[in-house]
Amino acid sequence: MKETDVPQEDSFYQGGHRACYATDEKGHYKIVPSRGWEVEKIFTAQAIDEVDREIFETHQKVLAGELSPLAFHMTARLMTPTLLAQNMEIWTWRVRRHLRPAVFRKLSMRMLDRYARCLDLSVEALKEVPHDIDSNTAGG
Amino acid sequence: MTLIQIQQAGEVPGFRHLHSAHCESGVTSSLLANNGFEISEPLAFGIGSGIYFAHFPFFKVMNAPVTTFRTYPGTIFKKVCKRLGIEFQRKRYSNPEKGMAALSQTLARGMPVGLQTNIFWLPYFPRQFRFQFGAHNLIAYGESDGKFRLSDPVVEAPVDCDAHALSLARFSKGPLSPRGLMYYPTKLPQAPDFNSAIREGIKDTCQRMLKDPFPFLGVSAIRYLAEHIRKWPQRHKDFRKSNLYLGNVVRMQEEIGTGGAGFRFLYAAFLQEAGQRLANDRFLKLSEELTAAGDVWRQFAAKSARIIKQPAQSEFQNFNEVADVLMECYRMELKIFLDLRAEILRK
Repeated sequence: MKETDVPQEDSFYQGGHRACYATDEKGHYKIVPSRGWEVEKIFTAQAIDEVDREIFETHQKVLAGELSPLAFHMTARLMTPTLLAQNMEIWTWRVRRHLRPAVFRKLSMRMLDRYARCLDLSVEALKEVPHDIDSNTAGG
Repeated sequence: MTLIQIQQAGEVPGFRHLHSAHCESGVTSSLLANNGFEISEPLAFGIGSGIYFAHFPFFKVMNAPVTTFRTYPGTIFKKVCKRLGIEFQRKRYSNPEKGMAALSQTLARGMPVGLQTNIFWLPYFPRQFRFQFGAHNLIAYGESDGKFRLSDPVVEAPVDCDAHALSLARFSKGPLSPRGLMYYPTKLPQAPDFNSAIREGIKDTCQRMLKDPFPFLGVSAIRYLAEHIRKWPQRHKDFRKSNLYLGNVVRMQEEIGTGGAGFRFLYAAFLQEAGQRLANDRFLKLSEELTAAGDVWRQFAAKSARIIKQPAQSEFQNFNEVADVLMECYRMELKIFLDLRAEILRK
């Protein structure tokens, strides 16, 4: 890639730059800061849309009483039951079981506290889901 | 209270932030440079044998098969140190309190520290890049008022990060989990032999790219991926899944931290520097060829983007077309690494 071909297009970098390696007119490699590439943005947006869709669907199911609030917070943290189980150091089937509202309601304070720590929430926040979800829910 | 104050570590004096393409080679280059041992990022990447390719259809993360353009996280720093005769300290902690205390103590001694972190918990990244990925490397070089001063090589300038977030990032668990890893050089060689380190790095890379077993590892994995891409539209009933799979490949190739074209440009920059240091024209020539291969990789990304933007219609034909571009990458890289291997084994 030539220095002049380094894309300076729209991106999610919020005004930041990413370092690209490109060649100058003499063919020597150097770092060229890039504001972003539209192609990259399309794929990042695709991945984020997929995540948002999953968060939205889980939120709906929690409101409908099909899943426990834990399911929402797990998804909002971009975790799967397997990953959450690894962080909790318990079996995956136990996490899956805790996604059921009836089971979740009976969880001990100690267990809730461990979940809250893994998800970086307070125990109160863990038991609830927000009414409206916006694009800032994940990673918050 | 006594009058003796607990001394804040403050900042490592004179620390210089370096903006790099890739986190691990950037950290390696920056940690060494800040200890007075100048080594460019491409040189660190090449000596540490950072370039690779693999595609694992049977191993999924975030609902998509894993594709990688690099070697296993953590190996670049280790290999660079081994090949240049640098002594280093590398330690993992299972207890977050102990791990954070060890970090503070090391910083108080005026030593910048390399850390492995989970990028999801790092608040200074825009939300769009915060996925659960446990092998992001960065440098801590200061601490004050419960905040750590970080030099993240893929970010333009140093950032502050509060201790709580950093602790979450360092001690999250799961695949590639950091387990509190911290590392820093302890003793630098008087007269490092760059030339033999470069040769060793290239030899290792060629060996892995060409001789690793199984079709899903090394150069042959590019062909393997191309074959799989051709099958995706008929294997998955809805195109969304095929598109997601394709998107994941391109994200691994182009998203922050590869320097463009899945590390191909970064390695081409290394071959150029190697050619100059060893006065070897063949390396310069191969650097140009790899640059050309990188440009084809970028075409693959651009073509894939067109599929995502205008879905449906002739999905089969579209996927066949991007697979054809990949086959071109495969042929080019096969030739490059065969030539590189022949050159390195010549003497």
